[in-house]
Amino acid sequence: MSVAPRAATSAADLGLSDRRRSRGLRAGIRDNVTPYLLLLPTIAVLVGVLAWPLYWLGRISFEHFGLEELIAHKGTWTGLDNYREILGNREFWHIVLRTVVFTVVNVGLTMLFSTLIALLLVRMGRFMRVALLVGLVWVWATPVVVAITIWQWMVDFQFGVFNWAITKLHIANLVHYNWFDNSLTGFAVITAVVVWGAIPFAAITIYAGLSQVPQELVEAAEVDGARPWQVFRRVTFPLVKPIFVIITSLSIIWDFQVFNQVWIMLENRPSPDYYLLSVFAFVSSFRVSQYGLGAAISVVMVLLMLSVSFVYVRQMIQISEVDQ
Amino acid sequence: MTAIALRMRRSFDLKNRRNRQRLIANTIGLFILVFMIFPVYWMVATAFKPPRDILRFDPKWIPSPFTLDNFDDAVHRPYFWDNVKNSVIIVGVVVVLSLVVGFLAALAIARFSFYGRRAFIVVIIGVQMIPATALIIPLYILLARANQVDRLTGVIITYLTFVLPFTVWTLRGFIMGIPRDLEEAAMVDGCTRFGAFMRILLPLIAPGLVATSVFAFVLAWNEFIFAYVLLSSQEHQTLTVWLASFTTSRGTAYGPLMAAATLTSLPVVIFFALVQRKVAFGLTAGAVRG
Repeated sequence: MSVAPRAATSAADLGLSDRRRSRGLRAGIRDNVTPYLLLLPTIAVLVGVLAWPLYWLGRISFEHFGLEELIAHKGTWTGLDNYREILGNREFWHIVLRTVVFTVVNVGLTMLFSTLIALLLVRMGRFMRVALLVGLVWVWATPVVVAITIWQWMVDFQFGVFNWAITKLHIANLVHYNWFDNSLTGFAVITAVVVWGAIPFAAITIYAGLSQVPQELVEAAEVDGARPWQVFRRVTFPLVKPIFVIITSLSIIWDFQVFNQVWIMLENRPSPDYYLLSVFAFVSSFRVSQYGLGAAISVVMVLLMLSVSFVYVRQMIQISEVDQ
Repeated sequence: MTAIALRMRRSFDLKNRRNRQRLIANTIGLFILVFMIFPVYWMVATAFKPPRDILRFDPKWIPSPFTLDNFDDAVHRPYFWDNVKNSVIIVGVVVVLSLVVGFLAALAIARFSFYGRRAFIVVIIGVQMIPATALIIPLYILLARANQVDRLTGVIITYLTFVLPFTVWTLRGFIMGIPRDLEEAAMVDGCTRFGAFMRILLPLIAPGLVATSVFAFVLAWNEFIFAYVLLSSQEHQTLTVWLASFTTSRGTAYGPLMAAATLTSLPVVIFFALVQRKVAFGLTAGAVRG
């Protein structure tokens, strides 16, 4: 789902269009039954496909649930055993650390490049701006599985265009270099795929925010002798801060659960030094059939993300309240 | 120099600086464009090259001679058309279901005030944060119990977990973009609530519905992990799973692989190109208000 809701936060949702706050709106129609009737189908679906499975996720995490239990449709209650097992496992803490570092690096790079691109977009001529926006949207529209396949081909150890370019530029001799032999360079490629795919959404959204900043404010500051960095820090940034909070927290949430890029890139069998939390949960459940263990890992993962999710949801609510 | 003269001088310098900035920004922008778009170009270029131009150390930048053999090879691989069909069925049903169900809910949260509205919004935003790798574990177990593993219905149900909250939230944005005054005016002029909805809201929301359905299409079309876990037999898989298993089963046949990747991304790119205009239209339509 990493790429999934990327389109969700369009400029309109972020409240970038200057919506008029009309008093009559919320006070408008009062009706007791209709809204609940309208919600009923959605609530029914959400309970069925989300609430019920989530209850099961929690329940299985306290059970021994392997292949036998899957066939018998019934787990054996083991209390906190699953949690004890993973929290007492040093390998698990390595994976947590790896996931955190991976997230920090990916979010950092995504935000850095996206902000720079957004700042450039504001300063470009019209033609170049449209060209770059079209290019970004194109990258945005590339399905993640396709993106992974392309990068696999570009870093192919024999005929990859990457190895050729780096060798030709005399940066390093990468003839017949396999990037995935070493998990550090392997993760460099995975980071490239993730960041490349994440830049368009972040850059376009930040650009939409920046273009709403009144030009007079910037000019006034410049005429008063503010340096470009000062203008950004004191004028532009405070105005687009809500968007930064949203994009950063969304990126953290998405990058913390990266799965496809690792799994498909390493052809469905990543070695343990490529495990991120989501991969570990997946392998525990669907490779070694320890569903209880996998569920416990997932629960820990959700708990770790909870504070970031909280920041994100709160910011979204605040912005959506402004809309009304 | 007096303060005023100093300011005028600065203002003049600023104009010069702007022009210089634009030149620099355009140049860097061009580099970024080339770097960002190169992977996509490389996919398409490779797809049209004959094998001897693909498997060489010194890359050939432009596909000449030009060949369609890779596409021919890709579409004649086993299960390609089966999997295209599965993707279309799954995505079609999911989009229609979540659009109809989601529209009603979006209407409720955008147009009514009621007890529990905020809680519902929190849930709708919150559930989009749940990792797919976490959800698939209980979903798999529950669907296995109901005998829905390796069936399209099971996948359709799981896709609703992320497409439905998305459509509710996006449609809410579009509905709120349409001024309520319009409906109220119609009601003052004697329309019923339902009449105002049919004559005013529905025509205005049409571009938003199109845009949302296309975004929902893209979400469902690109999904990998649910289909990968739930659909075990090859004839039941979706196109993304087919593409992901391409390398593992065939080694490095990069020409056909890139042709297949091009074909997989084609509908998404086309729909995205369409929707960009619709979204812009939807937004401007929302901006022209009373």
